[in-house]
Amino acid sequence: MLPVSMTVNGKAVTATVDPRTLLVQYLRDNLRLTGTHVGCDTSQCGACVVHVDGAARKSCTMFAWQAEGAKVTTIEGVANGEKLHPMQEAFREHHGLQCGYCTPGMIMSAIDMVNRKGNDLDDNTIRHELEGNLCRCTGYHNIVKAISAGARAMKG
Amino acid sequence: MYAFKFERPTTVRQAVNLLAKNEEGKLLAGGHSLIPVMKLRLASPSVLIDLSKVEGLSGVEVTPRSVVIGAMTKHKDVANSKELQAVMPGLAAVPGSIGDPHVRQVGTIGGSLANNDPNADYPAATLGLGATIITSKRKIPADAYFKGMFETALEPDEIITKVSFPIAKKAAYQKFKHPASGFALVGVFVSKRGSEIRVAVTGAGANGVFRVPSFEEALKKRFSPKSLEGLTHTAAGLNSDIHASAEYRAHLIGVMARRAVAAANEKGGAED
Repeated sequence: MLPVSMTVNGKAVTATVDPRTLLVQYLRDNLRLTGTHVGCDTSQCGACVVHVDGAARKSCTMFAWQAEGAKVTTIEGVANGEKLHPMQEAFREHHGLQCGYCTPGMIMSAIDMVNRKGNDLDDNTIRHELEGNLCRCTGYHNIVKAISAGARAMKG
Repeated sequence: MYAFKFERPTTVRQAVNLLAKNEEGKLLAGGHSLIPVMKLRLASPSVLIDLSKVEGLSGVEVTPRSVVIGAMTKHKDVANSKELQAVMPGLAAVPGSIGDPHVRQVGTIGGSLANNDPNADYPAATLGLGATIITSKRKIPADAYFKGMFETALEPDEIITKVSFPIAKKAAYQKFKHPASGFALVGVFVSKRGSEIRVAVTGAGANGVFRVPSFEEALKKRFSPKSLEGLTHTAAGLNSDIHASAEYRAHLIGVMARRAVAAANEKGGAED
């Protein structure tokens, strides 16, 4: 067991964990931030995507200690108080979900996509960039619409 | 997953010493191949030696004759390197086809080459350009490096520090992706550097990446997809599974090789 410290959603946190603890387990089990989901646990589905030092990462495929000292943002950390993040708002507005299981990872990936690719994303780019996020309900149509609108809304 | 200890060295020398000291130790780079196999208990390292704190292992350096890529350089940083795109777009395109955006933000060239997955993309580019793998103790030519499925010439206490790719005037990679996993069902990298022609195939061989001398000979006469017309690759020694039979993979080698040569001619400038 070892203490692992990082900044999660702007707050300094520490927990004592086994070296085997994955970042997603640290977030969910130790910090009770259960918005980050475990879908496949094999780094394919993207339900566990969070931002580590500004880059989207599959938190099921890194150990908590690899994030020692890092700044981590989860789905719980993107809204501004009661006001949803523009990407969250776009998913709500365009109904970019059905069961909602993949949604936190979709939104974290979408925000990362905008950070890397800018605010004007064509559908082809969005679909290509969503390669690492699986949704088993929607057929992606409304997710793509939501990301396109959310990306524009993030321009402010 | 079995229990392990971990170490976070800050120099290559420390990392080498830790490897030498721990027979069951394993290096951790991006972790997107190693951590999944640890979860499956197919790997059970006693010690994980995390390379992320080691200085000086990342970066893309373009010199007049070669491109030198640090072992810990992430796929996205190779793909996005403007300098590399300018001199050898065919190589820059390879990491952009690996995994998905999240994987490309952590996966590394050194990790890919040390793992030598039989379906990985970088081995094709490395063998297809005749690159040199630079380690903590020596320089290994690509032709002597790949030793079979998940097998390389690396010794137990040897760490890849850089990979040096000669700049080829024409180079391109074409990959037939498995539609679900995105791994190469068959990927072919071709290059032409002066009179040296290379054709390297990943995904198809039961023993990992390999060259195709008969295609290389044909392309020496004229570096054109037409030179490969009618040439076939034997299905003997190729993978056969539920995704594709050996015969289908053999067919794809011809198709992807012709496409790669066409792309190299297009991207690599006029024929000389």
